[in-house]
Amino acid sequence: MKMPSPTRRHFIGGLLGSASFWLYSDHKVWADALAVGNAGPYAPRYFNKEEWRFLNAACERIYPTDAHGPGARGLGAPEFIDRQMDTAYGRGELWYMSGPFVSAPANLGYQLSLPPREVYRQGIAGADAYVRAHHDGRSFADLETAEQTAVLKEFEHGEMALGAVPAHLLFEQLRQNTLEGVFSDPLYGGNKGLAGWTLLGFPGARADFMDWVNQEGAAYPFGPVSISGETA
Amino acid sequence: MTTKKTDAIVIGAGWAGSILAKELTEAGLSVTVLERGEDRATAVEGDYPTSIDELRGAIRHRLFQNLSQSTVTIRNTMDQDAVPYRRLAAFLPGEGVGGAGLHWSGVHFRVAPDDLALRTNVIARYGKNFIPEGMNLQDYDVTYEELEPFFDKAEKVFGTSGEPYTIKGKVAGTGNPFAPDRSDAFPLPAMKDVYSATVFKKAAANVGYHPYSLPAANASAQYTNPYGVQMGPCNFCGYCSGYDCYMYSKASPNVNILPALRQDPKFTLITKAHVLKVDLDSDGKKATGVTYLDLNTNQQVQLKADLVIISAFQFHNVHLMLLSGIGEPYDPVKNTGTIGRNFVYQTITTSRAWLPSKQYTNLFVGAGGAGVAIDDFNSMNFDHGPLGFVGGSPVWVNQAGVKPIAAAIGGPAGNAPTWGEGYKDAMVETYRHSLTIDAHGSNMAYRDVYLDLDPTYKDAYGQALLRMTFTWKDNDIRMNQYVVSKIEPIMKEMGATRYALGHLHANELFDTRRYQTTHLGGGAVMGADPKTSAVNRYLQSWDVSNVFVIGASAFPQGMGYNPTGMVAALAYWAAYHIRTTYLKNPGPMVQA
Repeated sequence: MKMPSPTRRHFIGGLLGSASFWLYSDHKVWADALAVGNAGPYAPRYFNKEEWRFLNAACERIYPTDAHGPGARGLGAPEFIDRQMDTAYGRGELWYMSGPFVSAPANLGYQLSLPPREVYRQGIAGADAYVRAHHDGRSFADLETAEQTAVLKEFEHGEMALGAVPAHLLFEQLRQNTLEGVFSDPLYGGNKGLAGWTLLGFPGARADFMDWVNQEGAAYPFGPVSISGETA
Repeated sequence: MTTKKTDAIVIGAGWAGSILAKELTEAGLSVTVLERGEDRATAVEGDYPTSIDELRGAIRHRLFQNLSQSTVTIRNTMDQDAVPYRRLAAFLPGEGVGGAGLHWSGVHFRVAPDDLALRTNVIARYGKNFIPEGMNLQDYDVTYEELEPFFDKAEKVFGTSGEPYTIKGKVAGTGNPFAPDRSDAFPLPAMKDVYSATVFKKAAANVGYHPYSLPAANASAQYTNPYGVQMGPCNFCGYCSGYDCYMYSKASPNVNILPALRQDPKFTLITKAHVLKVDLDSDGKKATGVTYLDLNTNQQVQLKADLVIISAFQFHNVHLMLLSGIGEPYDPVKNTGTIGRNFVYQTITTSRAWLPSKQYTNLFVGAGGAGVAIDDFNSMNFDHGPLGFVGGSPVWVNQAGVKPIAAAIGGPAGNAPTWGEGYKDAMVETYRHSLTIDAHGSNMAYRDVYLDLDPTYKDAYGQALLRMTFTWKDNDIRMNQYVVSKIEPIMKEMGATRYALGHLHANELFDTRRYQTTHLGGGAVMGADPKTSAVNRYLQSWDVSNVFVIGASAFPQGMGYNPTGMVAALAYWAAYHIRTTYLKNPGPMVQA
């Protein structure tokens, strides 16, 4: 397995002071994750400045920083989502996108003409407009965290239109992509320091459990490895 | 248009197509397999570690059908307008060489013999009035004894691991006591039971059921099959369903058949070849070949042949028959025609048990075909008389290797939060300490559940999409609820700290947004009567005798077992009769 590059290790070392909370919590993985997450701000390629603020705030509420460790921001979920927008998935090229587009019962599935990148573009603009109208002109990112959570709960089952996007569809898009970012291999920009996998106890690319078919309920003892050979 | 000639055309390079291509080249025919997707080889798609990338694999559907080119439309009832299945979710057809046989899990059953003549058996036991109004209960017109040699052959080709119960009438092992008699042992011993399966096995036995280790087309040891191709021993990495097995342990057409077939000069594989229709002669009684679109050049090609095998995925078979005008399309109002009739699925619901915090279920450890099941409530193994429904479900722990993205999106189950505060705690407990038990059951056929061509939506090539009219019916909902109620004693016996039983609800509609199973069936069913079946007992079209239609499309009902073992046996059965009878005297093998 490859070790983190000397540059990266040096960089993490240089930032440990700023991440001391996690070190004192005796979770070096989290410290590393935070350090890497802070390793120079990621410059979004798809999302504009306002969208990026919304996305960072919303991801963090969906998967918050808490006593278990870093949240979606620290893990790079917004970066993951930004990078996904410029893939076949983000452009909707994996979906049947021919018309006519009609409304149908929810159980018959997604029927909008919008690919994920447009769900975000229209949905975030609509969400911020909705929040400004109901919260003294403040945007979503400027709300207190408890207010942000309350707004997302409204969206979760809400039918209100955010642009052309029903609120619950924007929420589900956000939730799904945030969790993908937290738990996918770090090569896509999220799960920094493998901290998503460490939380769950998923060993990543080890993918050989010949000796662990049945250990009578003992916990698997080895930490995760990424596809590139990064360990945690 | 370019015109070419071959002896036999095989449409689709999945299990059924690969088996037919192998058998027909062995019979001396030149065979051209047309596959609309890419060529695929385990050396590429199964290359470790990039093969075990969950985002690229199961989440972004690396090996599945790309719906942007073609999909189906779906509605629940005949009075609705169907809308496209735009995003893969409820079921996951394959695409490319290997088809769904490349990304399947590997549970490899035979068939419950009673299921082959379900109509006859239900009437004999409970009377004709037991069959609900509108249920098209039918027999396959083939017996287990006739199919047994072909189940045996398929297991030897697949390198199937399992524990027998009886061989030639004598108890030979501790396998499923409800399993039919075998002519020979499994080629490999059963896969080991993962921890959660052992917990289930013990508890199920203690409450009086009959647990057994699942037969799996995951190799429990190194194996060389009759075609001379090799499999490696499964290491329980958990990347079966949705992936190409990097250990060469999960049977696939790519590993178990194609390496031998590719060496045969009589075999030609053309990929990126999208078949538009089977061409018929002027009176529509004989196929002259097919017309396909070469997706590389966008040119139409006419390929002539004496024999055409339609062996794509279940609903693609039906779609192609409808587009080609083979047989009479089913009309649910007049109750005439057979193509699209008896479209079926399976019922599947998942229940979850949480074990005490000292017990780790290590959900990422697994093999797609392995696990422990009970058949006490499958098929006709129990008394339906007082229950008033037809059908049943095996029940199992089939720990196939749970990956983190799917687990996280699925959520921690029960009433726990699916995001935000409290989510991580619940996910950790669920991922580390829970196990799941599925009721994977039958689905009967109904007069108003069927396939036809959609009047509105087209594929990328301008052809009408296939339309599914499907929802859950009372008989199957009550069957599922009954079987799930039998899981509860197991939950208690295994010492679960809590559990959540998953079952279908009264009047529940089929929901296309959530994965259930890819085990779709019917629509071109086999049978004895050309009025109610599309193909005869040899899977030969009643209407166009040089067309055979191979796959789960032949199932008159959705059975409780996973379909691949039955599909493979039917493929070898049909191939045997084509070789021994049809080729000597081409024409209808059963007189209508």
